[in-house]
Amino acid sequence: MKDAWRGFKGTHWTEDINVRDFIQNNYTPYDGDESFLAGPTEATNKLWGRLQELQREERAHNGVLECETEVVSGITAYGPGYIDTSMKNLEKVVGLQTDKPLKRAFMPYGGIKMAEQAAETYGYKINPKFSEIFRLYHKTHNQAVFDAYTPEMKRARHAHIVTGLPDTYGRGRIVGDYRRVALYGIDFLIEKKKEDFANCGDGTMFDEVIRQREEITEQIRALDAMKQLANIYGFDISKPATDAREAVQWLYFGYLAAIKTQNGAAMSVGRISTFLDIYIERDLEEGTLTESEAQELIDHIVMKFRMVKFARVPSYNQLFSGDPIWATLEMAGKSMDGRHMVTKNDFRFLHTLENMGPSPEPNLTVLYCSSLPEAFKLYAAKVSINTSSVQYENDDVMRPVWRDDYSICCCVSATETGKEMQFFGARANLAKCLLYAINGGVDVKTHEQVGPEYPKITSEYLDYKEVLHRFDQMMDWLAGLYVNILNLIHYMHDKYYYEAAEMALIDTDVRRTFATGIAGFSHVVDSLSAIKYAKVKVIRDELGLAVGFETEGEFPKYGNDDDRADEIAVWLLKTFMNKIKRHHTYRHSEATTSILTITSNVVYGKATGATPDGRKAYTPFAPGGNPSYGAEQNGLLASLNSVAKLPYEYALDGISNTQTISPLALGHTLAEQKENLVSAMDGYFDRGAHHLNVNVFGTDKLIDCMNNPEKPEYANFTIRVSGYAVKFISLTTEQQLDVIARTCHKHM
Amino acid sequence: MITGLVHSTESFGAVDGPGIRFLVFLKGCNMRCQYCHNADTWSSEGAETFTADELLSKAERYRSYWRKSGGITVSGGEPLLQIDFVIELFRKAHARGVNTVLDTSAQPFTRTAPFFAKFQELMAYTDLVLLDIKHIDSEKHKALTGHDNKNILDAAEYLSEINKPVWIRHVLVPGLTDNDGDLKRLRAFIDTLGNVQKVEVLPYHSLGLDKWEKLGLTCPLKDTEPPGDERIRNANRILTGGD
Repeated sequence: MKDAWRGFKGTHWTEDINVRDFIQNNYTPYDGDESFLAGPTEATNKLWGRLQELQREERAHNGVLECETEVVSGITAYGPGYIDTSMKNLEKVVGLQTDKPLKRAFMPYGGIKMAEQAAETYGYKINPKFSEIFRLYHKTHNQAVFDAYTPEMKRARHAHIVTGLPDTYGRGRIVGDYRRVALYGIDFLIEKKKEDFANCGDGTMFDEVIRQREEITEQIRALDAMKQLANIYGFDISKPATDAREAVQWLYFGYLAAIKTQNGAAMSVGRISTFLDIYIERDLEEGTLTESEAQELIDHIVMKFRMVKFARVPSYNQLFSGDPIWATLEMAGKSMDGRHMVTKNDFRFLHTLENMGPSPEPNLTVLYCSSLPEAFKLYAAKVSINTSSVQYENDDVMRPVWRDDYSICCCVSATETGKEMQFFGARANLAKCLLYAINGGVDVKTHEQVGPEYPKITSEYLDYKEVLHRFDQMMDWLAGLYVNILNLIHYMHDKYYYEAAEMALIDTDVRRTFATGIAGFSHVVDSLSAIKYAKVKVIRDELGLAVGFETEGEFPKYGNDDDRADEIAVWLLKTFMNKIKRHHTYRHSEATTSILTITSNVVYGKATGATPDGRKAYTPFAPGGNPSYGAEQNGLLASLNSVAKLPYEYALDGISNTQTISPLALGHTLAEQKENLVSAMDGYFDRGAHHLNVNVFGTDKLIDCMNNPEKPEYANFTIRVSGYAVKFISLTTEQQLDVIARTCHKHM
Repeated sequence: MITGLVHSTESFGAVDGPGIRFLVFLKGCNMRCQYCHNADTWSSEGAETFTADELLSKAERYRSYWRKSGGITVSGGEPLLQIDFVIELFRKAHARGVNTVLDTSAQPFTRTAPFFAKFQELMAYTDLVLLDIKHIDSEKHKALTGHDNKNILDAAEYLSEINKPVWIRHVLVPGLTDNDGDLKRLRAFIDTLGNVQKVEVLPYHSLGLDKWEKLGLTCPLKDTEPPGDERIRNANRILTGGD
């Protein structure tokens, strides 16, 4: 340890696992600009060139290069794999999920049926023996959940009032503290877990004690497997990393273990930038590393994050379009003592988008606040303007809740690194819930009685008080059912698809959050506003179900900085969150909620009838916390002001907002554009807003890309959608049209 | 109380003066520029009425975005047609510590009473003038806009006399306003002024065409393409280059 930790300051972190303490004692804030950055090395260009060829082949093969059919994925399931064996010496960071680049592993533990279907979709057939094994001899998470679901839960799921549930795949959103592998080495981590095991319970075998003892043992087994994994590639990670290259590689092995064993929707990398900077700074100082070599290390680990793949079924791709895996990775932020945490490495990570072009992964996230160094803010803005690949989240609202070493475990959901895990809960469709309130629990699409059989609203014109009363009742029902579905799912996930590799890198005494979510947010707000401020006439079908609405008169809409509508938005969030909180949540987890839809706004909308705000039946919702399509009539800042009014404390799982600005509307020159984007973000985040996806391009570019996807300039054309980034050409046509339909702020 | 006839407001103006600005588009204009992208502001019909305080309260909702340089910009239409209102608006803006920019073509400008005294007062509350010079050649200016440019150039000279910060703006329309000779004359004129902080070449764009159509009008430039990059660079070279 002594040599590996040479020059590092602090004591707490040397005795106990405490990466935060290590960082706070050792990081070097950087106030300068980007002029120190180095371009790509020859090795980077060669490897990235090869990887782009592979990506082109992948696209030509319907989006999947190859699927594994014979090997069940696991930490040590394969021998070594390289981007290109003939160039393996160029790879400064090694390790693939399988034996070949972009080959998708077979991961049956979430559900055998889905794993088989995913392969079949792309023309592969899983060896039938696995069908037998995972049906007859080894239960999967999916089977377990369906063994326990109630008929009401199945109906709600089928009607898409709750959907996107992690009951057929890994729940994800658990960020192992991969930095621990580098800082401590595996042996020390095992030693600490063994101590925890010895101190687990007083000998009385309560359920929790038994479960925890089993889990710790699983974790220790995973740690051992990580050592073997590194061995396969010729590394010994039992001891701490001794230099930057080892730190990057050790850390990556930890992450690799996670993505070889779990196909979670979101597999975040976490807050690694500042941590790695400490090692790079030490090497630079010792003269053993140049800036170009430092950049190469970062380029190469980022290249690996760009290669993470999972085999998915088409219905999954509709929910989360464009093959995202949310390798979310954070930069900047501030520490509890008030110092900013911008390091040179934050510039290096952003610079990967220049050295290797734009990319959806890793999901680069700037933990923003207006008091960050100006030079960094301007550089981030520049990279945003040129690549539309960066998202921003407000450190000033998150730091008081999650302290200064949190990671973003999906798009917008904070989690204290190494201290917490999250039970991901997809989202409840509140727009559909509003229709159930009007229709007495009957679904207008299927005519099924999905919700409780409360009285229907029968008046010709909707009365605000009556609607609110019925909606309140229906939300009570939905909140209770939703929480219990999630309780059941996460019980089974822990039992049948436990994340041993990630949990091995998290404290045994873990804090758990229970992340619910809201879909259809803006449509409920505008619908209630229409009912309150205009006259809404109900169009009913022969069964007396409200299938359409005619609105007479004007009404304020969310997205215009109009308090009348925005107050309804705040009310809706608070009301739903309070209803969620009333219920028992699995493993004493703390309930949170998000207003975040990913691209599921399209699927949810397709399952939901017309709403009183004027949204047509079976058309997409607005994404996340965004105002509805066409609702924004007063420009970008009015829209931002509306979203900023939503109180983060009621949506601790995050409030996603995606905005697109035409470059010509942002300024006449790049210098003006950078300055103006920083001003917009300062203003927005100083108001307490949580998140902003920044896209800088015009709608004309999207349309051209849709019509001419083969143009080389569009191969990596990346856009930000709700909470993540995606290559525009990898979206479905339906998703592309949805993105094009959204407001582009282009006042000039 | 004086009220303004307002066409619309925009919370996010990033290309009309320094920084991020709240834009107020006033109704009414005497010019009929062939390339006008706000043809719907020409007449005073259909205007919304605001007092200065109402507009400023609205604008100040966006103060957090202005940082060091932002504020409000009054455009149009031609704001000088409602000079009494703009005086009131800018006076009150300054009282609230809000930076003021006037975006004008100066067509109503004259050094005669009663306008001139009002203009002098307005300048006391104006931090920056965006002065749009449509064409340096008076005849061509008339053909392009319906008015000659004598008083407009006089306005530029007056602003130079009082040393009021000015950005000169020139809309670049292929075939109409991008002639090298005219651009050089415009540059020569600008060089006689002592107060010009910046010259902006604004490439013509066709986003305003549908406004003409909605008004039942035919835009004379409906078939004109925006200028190419080379023409834009050329104009920038002539108007802002160091030689």
